[in-house]
Amino acid sequence: MNERTNIWSAVDWWTVVMFLALALFGWINIYGACYTFEQSSIFSFSNNAGKQFVWICSALVMGGIILLIDEKTYDMFGYWLYGLMILLLIATRFMAHDIKGSMSWISLGPVSLQPAEFAKCITAIAVAKFMGRFDYRLRDWRDLIWPALFVLTPMFIIMVVEKETGSALVFSAFLLTFYRQGMSGLVLLAGVLAAVLFIVVVRFSLLPAAILLTVLFAIVLWRTWKKRTTRTWVIVFYILYLGFSGACNYAFEHVLKPHQRERIEVVLGMRDDPSGVGYNANQARIAIGSGGFFGKGYLQGTQTKLRYVPEQHTDFIFCTVGEEWGFVGTTFVLLLYLAFILRIIWLSERQRDTFARVYGYSVASIFLIHLTINIGMVLGILPVIGIPLPMFSYGGSSLWGFTILLFILLRLDAARNNRLI
Amino acid sequence: MLNDPYYKRSFVVAGIAIGIVLIYICRLFMMQVVDRTTGEQADKNAILKQTIYPSRGLIYDRNDSLLVYNQPIYEVLIVTREMGKEFDTLAFCRALDMTTEAFVDRMAQVKDKRHNRSYSPYTPQVFLSQLSMQDVSQLHQMLFHFPGVSIRKRTLRDYRFCSAAHLLGSVGEVNQRDIDRDAYYQAGDYSGRDGIERRYETTLRGEKGIEKLMRDSKGRIQGPYHNGEEDVLPIAGQNLTISIDIRLQLLAEAMMNGKVGSVVALEPATGEVLALVSSPAWDPHALVGRQRGANYNALLHDPHKPLMNRALQAQYPPGSTFKLLQALVGLQEKGITPATEYPCSGPQSTPIKCTHHHGSPVSLESAIEQSCNPYFWCAFRDILQRKGQSSEALHRMYDTWREDITSFGFGSKFEDSDINDQVSGSIPTSKFYDKTYGPDGWKAITIRSLSIGQGEILVTPLQLANQAACIANGGWYYSPHLLHNDTTPRERHRTRVDDKWFPLVRDGMHRVMTNGTGRWYNIDTLMMCGKTGTVQNPHGRDHAIFIGFAPQDDPKIAVAVVVENAGFGATWACPVASLMIEQYLTDTITRPALYQKMAETVLIHKNDDE
Repeated sequence: MNERTNIWSAVDWWTVVMFLALALFGWINIYGACYTFEQSSIFSFSNNAGKQFVWICSALVMGGIILLIDEKTYDMFGYWLYGLMILLLIATRFMAHDIKGSMSWISLGPVSLQPAEFAKCITAIAVAKFMGRFDYRLRDWRDLIWPALFVLTPMFIIMVVEKETGSALVFSAFLLTFYRQGMSGLVLLAGVLAAVLFIVVVRFSLLPAAILLTVLFAIVLWRTWKKRTTRTWVIVFYILYLGFSGACNYAFEHVLKPHQRERIEVVLGMRDDPSGVGYNANQARIAIGSGGFFGKGYLQGTQTKLRYVPEQHTDFIFCTVGEEWGFVGTTFVLLLYLAFILRIIWLSERQRDTFARVYGYSVASIFLIHLTINIGMVLGILPVIGIPLPMFSYGGSSLWGFTILLFILLRLDAARNNRLI
Repeated sequence: MLNDPYYKRSFVVAGIAIGIVLIYICRLFMMQVVDRTTGEQADKNAILKQTIYPSRGLIYDRNDSLLVYNQPIYEVLIVTREMGKEFDTLAFCRALDMTTEAFVDRMAQVKDKRHNRSYSPYTPQVFLSQLSMQDVSQLHQMLFHFPGVSIRKRTLRDYRFCSAAHLLGSVGEVNQRDIDRDAYYQAGDYSGRDGIERRYETTLRGEKGIEKLMRDSKGRIQGPYHNGEEDVLPIAGQNLTISIDIRLQLLAEAMMNGKVGSVVALEPATGEVLALVSSPAWDPHALVGRQRGANYNALLHDPHKPLMNRALQAQYPPGSTFKLLQALVGLQEKGITPATEYPCSGPQSTPIKCTHHHGSPVSLESAIEQSCNPYFWCAFRDILQRKGQSSEALHRMYDTWREDITSFGFGSKFEDSDINDQVSGSIPTSKFYDKTYGPDGWKAITIRSLSIGQGEILVTPLQLANQAACIANGGWYYSPHLLHNDTTPRERHRTRVDDKWFPLVRDGMHRVMTNGTGRWYNIDTLMMCGKTGTVQNPHGRDHAIFIGFAPQDDPKIAVAVVVENAGFGATWACPVASLMIEQYLTDTITRPALYQKMAETVLIHKNDDE
């Protein structure tokens, strides 16, 4: 068989190049973010940039290995992997050290790993396997129960057991996958409406939210009056949403932790406290804004060098880009990410079997939601939620997780012609 | 997949991704390109602008003897916001050798806006000031332990001589008015508060420099910003050479010890001030450093008013020294001629009796020599009044007389002088007498006191010295000033009296020293000229006054001395001037006993007895 030798030429190198470009640019910026006045070399293991270089190298090796593994493995062992992953996530709770309130890290010798970073990939495989069955058709909401359970289970464990809200939120990326597979667009709209309602309830109060909801549903009801069943559903949803608004009100006051509540208040402009809870967001804004159009130049950023920006080599790495490379640099990075994601969507669309396409969409959606939440947080559009910028942020677990996620898709893509028969 | 009904949804998903990225790019455009305030905020975060103070210019006397220089002191500055919760107060107090209670008190003071108007938790505030090198050395070594704390070096004034405090003035912290008036100053800066220090503030202060330091989020200094490329080096203040002769000044001060009064010595040819003494004075060191406030307060409340510079601000009737002007104006306005003689009946003379014993009638020179009151009353009368003269003519003549007198610098300040805080003195106008007596209600006899320098005339010691210089020069003067050999063009002020009348008066003044009231303190070889005065003082003992110059033909020094409540000018003022002239011209003192007597006699308490 010459299939195995062909794999290297069949790989979509454009995606690999973009992946590498992001990782390397991230690495350069990690060096910048950690740069101090008595700085050691970018390759020195004593600093984060040096360590990140090791992570990048090992990620590339891992990517190469994944390209060599038969693509049928994932389809075949999907549920087994999924089961193992769920066990690992639960076990993590008991092996983990408390790192800033999160119980999601386990130590393996000198390195710490975050199993949650790999859970996304395995969940995507399990969902793809389920939805890729030849007899599976997504006709109505009942067909989504199992896929939804596949997603919600790790999400729940990560959020409640490991207390990693950010990593759990990433699982909402699967909504886009489901949407592509035929889930009603109304679900996305319903999600948007829920978000709007939440903001209105928090920012103002319950009454404006209820008025907004009533006006909206009155219009919908008027348009759909003639259809009896739709009418009933509309009224049911209206009542559900009213309940949801009330729940939001309650949850915001009683369920969310104080720091979460404060972060949301900062984003919504309800709290102006640049030296307290708004410190991170404010310093991020200053660092990025002070970069101007062309930036201050590589290694010239004062805000990052002098540690004004928190978590500047991990979650807030984009601040370094903003300060040192300016609007030119930030736009470049964002466009590169966009090209990368669009390329993955395009790759997904050219798959001939549902398994690969569902998996591909999950990959694209996961990258997109990471990008959205991370950059949104850094730009002060979203509350501070600690999730990494893919390939960019310092950290081995996340880089390995994204590498595995992407290279499985590349393997599937490279072998797509073999799979149909 | 072919025939996929949801194929088009890929565009929706792609659209969502494109939409999000576009929104973010717009947001970035707003933050990075449109919003220009973040750059400043970033600099405020990261750059600590530290003022580097230039060293203040030194002050030398006319013989290049150093008078005023700088001593380094240190200030401990704090930025309260950066000190943080983990600030090691105990170690900090130990390093500065202070108690924790003192620390707490001082912190409260720093943060109290009533005491510290410019307080901000974000900018460096003076926590302790005026510390010596030893005081801060321990803290300096441990500075990195204390975020938000820095040490700044500044300079204070130091003085080589305990002398010339009035004249030199002092340096103190600027007040809000200075800050509002001059953008150069910031709260906590020093500036010259009085005297030379204030007058030549802009020359002496130099230009402040700025050092930009990088400060991390914990408030720790991380080295120079941009390798110090944007730093501005301070420019040291320019040195100043003033016209004072410090040896002469010290001599005069020593002799004025224990007395209230003043001494002014001028170089007649230039108007430069050689000595300017006001007594009682203080040690200039007293108004430097931490004790400045307390000492200033003590001086302010001293009953002898030492802060008043009597040489410039005390006003007295000139007494008999005024007779010299009377003679000159009389000759100029043809009230008298060089040959005029008037009779004198000694103590029986009317309307003014003579206090000296001499022959009669007297000539002009003898009248000066003997300080004959009747002669100058007659002269004054004959200047103002001619036979059958109308009231208008009297007014006209009085105004002319007044103008002649003021042309010697009386009745106004020396405007083109660099001496601050002068007062103008007063030569009454005819309007003043019109008001007092009615337009026709006064004649020469009414204002006869003026003839012998009493009455409504008030002059300052500086003006008296200038009068002496004027006569020494033969009718002109440069306004007294303190800058030595300066290039400022100065106006040569001419008096309204012709040159030709001056030699006569100078001869008279020389005779004062050889035969008259000053003869006990004459040194023949120095060709001294002088005139004593004893000014009646309604509040107590007479003031002793003397003006003089020497040598007669080529005057190098003109002096005025006023000793309050001392009695005869001949006894208490003349020796001061005589010794000063000798010292200045010959650089020696041949009469140590006289010097000793002058230096040791205390007259100040007599004032207290009243």
